[in-house]
Amino acid sequence: MKGRRIDIIVNGKPMSVLSGATVAAALLNEGAYRFRESVVGEGRGPVCGMGICYECRVTINDVPQQRACLSVVEHGMRIETGALVAK
Amino acid sequence: MRSSENNLSCDVAIVGAGPAGIAAACRVAEAGRSVVVLDEGLGPGGQIWRPKLGALQPRVARQWIARLQATRAIVRESTSVYDVAREADGQFVLRAEAAGSAVAVRAANIILATGARERFLPFPGWTLPNVMGIGGAQALLKSGMDVAGRRVVIAGSGPLLLPVAASFASAGAKLLLVAEQAPAARVRRFAAALWRRPATLLQAATLRSAFLRTRYALGTWVSSAGGEDAVRDAVVTNGRTSETIQCDLLCVAFGLVPNTRLARLIGCDTHHGTVHVDETQETSVRNVYCAGEPTGVAGVDMALVEGEIAGLAAVGLSVPQRLASLRASLAREMRALDVAFALRPEVTSLARPDTIVCRCEDVRLRDLDSRWTSRQAKLYTRAGMGPCQGRVCGAALESIMGWGPDSVRPPVQPARLDAFLSDYQITSTPEGMV
Repeated sequence: MKGRRIDIIVNGKPMSVLSGATVAAALLNEGAYRFRESVVGEGRGPVCGMGICYECRVTINDVPQQRACLSVVEHGMRIETGALVAK
Repeated sequence: MRSSENNLSCDVAIVGAGPAGIAAACRVAEAGRSVVVLDEGLGPGGQIWRPKLGALQPRVARQWIARLQATRAIVRESTSVYDVAREADGQFVLRAEAAGSAVAVRAANIILATGARERFLPFPGWTLPNVMGIGGAQALLKSGMDVAGRRVVIAGSGPLLLPVAASFASAGAKLLLVAEQAPAARVRRFAAALWRRPATLLQAATLRSAFLRTRYALGTWVSSAGGEDAVRDAVVTNGRTSETIQCDLLCVAFGLVPNTRLARLIGCDTHHGTVHVDETQETSVRNVYCAGEPTGVAGVDMALVEGEIAGLAAVGLSVPQRLASLRASLAREMRALDVAFALRPEVTSLARPDTIVCRCEDVRLRDLDSRWTSRQAKLYTRAGMGPCQGRVCGAALESIMGWGPDSVRPPVQPARLDAFLSDYQITSTPEGMV
């Protein structure tokens, strides 16, 4: 996808993502669709895209339980997901 | 009491900066009264006017937002309202969280323009990553999700299918199927009645032409999804035959559900899941108004009309006949839409005993007893007690079990402890303390 790219750190690994994207969109574009682990240990990812379902919760800059769909990526942002699944 | 930028007072406080909230705020501010708008999103416009990354909002959105920005209205973004209460002096107070900080707004009148969310119905495999809502997928697409070359199935119900299918096709997705659960006869009857609204008919035709190479199946729905770490395929059926379609993204939702939680918390009467309002958009609670989808899902034009009416009424101005007539004619069209896209019983009975119905707490269908109330389900299984507070499973269990909504208590959505603490610090006046 075209557009300026910025660097973020996902689970300790540097990633170049589209500037202005939400954290949810940026992670999906990197194939990191397992955002959180559910109560019984299933992987979960974004569903509602608008802050309702809380399925896209990740840790952003050490603040846990942040909704990735309501957060915009920023240069140097550190994100921890339940488990990263690479493409 | 200390006053600060996070402790505001105004004549009218508005929750939601979608079309209804924007129109209401314009009318209040243009009447010379003070208004504060709180919105959870990243900028004004709500879901319907969400801008595509790097693109402008639709022209009508830009016009309304420019009109709003020309006023003295205060709009606070990324601010989640978690409580509304009436103080002893009759003033309302809204409590919200913005990035861990508390925001409190006191106002003599409030307008609730809280919009709607998608209706999700559980089916085997619906919790797999890359199974998402239809509006949800659209929101993610607009906020930077790259779908070029990805195999996509869109299934569910309602007028949202067409525009979302069109935007996925133009974003380069391999759109494999668009499936509407409503029977062909009902959808055709609805489309035939659209001759009265040639603009709408033309719009629908234009949207359809954007994904002409994709099959658009009526009376068809997704019965299950498969995959290990993420969705890999979807089974679609028309009740007689089924087929399995390999896909990377499966978008499923069944229309919209009004967001009525704050209205119910402050005591507004609701009827069939919608907030009851009078001809001035005032709810059963005096000085509390409601506009847009919470009064009945009716789309952006209706939201604007209701927002304008609520804004005028909240500052004591009379409602022009033009707005009242427009509201009446839009209401008639919406009733036709409800009939056309009514849910068939098959889609509310797709969950199997081991299907998770409450995604926050991982409660399965077999854990629930249809003789219970939603309150009992909460107490016995925690269904509806997770972070989404029943926003997803509540509407689903209403369809599957026939359960009514449980009572609402604050906070209506999760808020950080930092916010509760700082709310106490900014709003409380220690009494009886030396």
